[in-house]
Amino acid sequence: MDLLERFAAGDLEAFEVLFRQHQSQVYAWIVRIVRDSGIAEDLTVETFWRIYRSRARFDPAGNFGAWAYRIASNAALDHLRKSRRETELPADLAADPEPDSAVQRETRDRIRKAFAQLPPKYRLVATLALIEDEPYEKIAATAGISASLVKIQVFRAVRMLRKQLASLGIKDAKS
Amino acid sequence: MNPHDDKALRDLLKQSIAPVRDTELRRDLWPQMLQRLDEAQPVRVPWFDWVLAALASAALIFFPGVIPALLYHL
Repeated sequence: MDLLERFAAGDLEAFEVLFRQHQSQVYAWIVRIVRDSGIAEDLTVETFWRIYRSRARFDPAGNFGAWAYRIASNAALDHLRKSRRETELPADLAADPEPDSAVQRETRDRIRKAFAQLPPKYRLVATLALIEDEPYEKIAATAGISASLVKIQVFRAVRMLRKQLASLGIKDAKS
Repeated sequence: MNPHDDKALRDLLKQSIAPVRDTELRRDLWPQMLQRLDEAQPVRVPWFDWVLAALASAALIFFPGVIPALLYHL
């Protein structure tokens, strides 16, 4: 019996092997969505907990990595939904903005707030597509939706952002 | 959406919310995973507790006269 079959049959050792093989990639994916290392660690464990619980539904002929990414995206989305009102975007892991940036600190804060106001599913795709530069196809595969739907969601997120920014008196490139 | 506008908005966003660069997992999360699995384990009742409970139930069914005495001593 191969590793995935053993995992699907409930073998804890097989699960441990898969966990160790995939935990770094799952964490790296989640941290780019939630932007907080502690939360990303918790969500990585949550992701694998969901994976373990659903093991009986996993097809051993399937792609474990893709399945794990999809569950990780759902776990991150659930977190964004729960924390929508409580948090702004944490910046601890983000690269420092350029010191000679034309965008002033206050403007940056407003943009961050406007971004945090996006509905969670739009925030997820917008974070990955617009900030992290992930290809639509990869976002689609991990979110379990089509690339064209990702495109639509990004388009809607951009439209909402523009509206928010306009109401805050911030002009980006004219739409 | 105009690709030029899209790029301008991306740039504006990235100046405010920079991409995450540090995506490296610094520790093994397996111990937390094991803890999570342990917490989710249903409480297991040892077999002899089941036997004891069965014997007590049988005693009460076959000798109902002991019930008042039992209640008196409780």
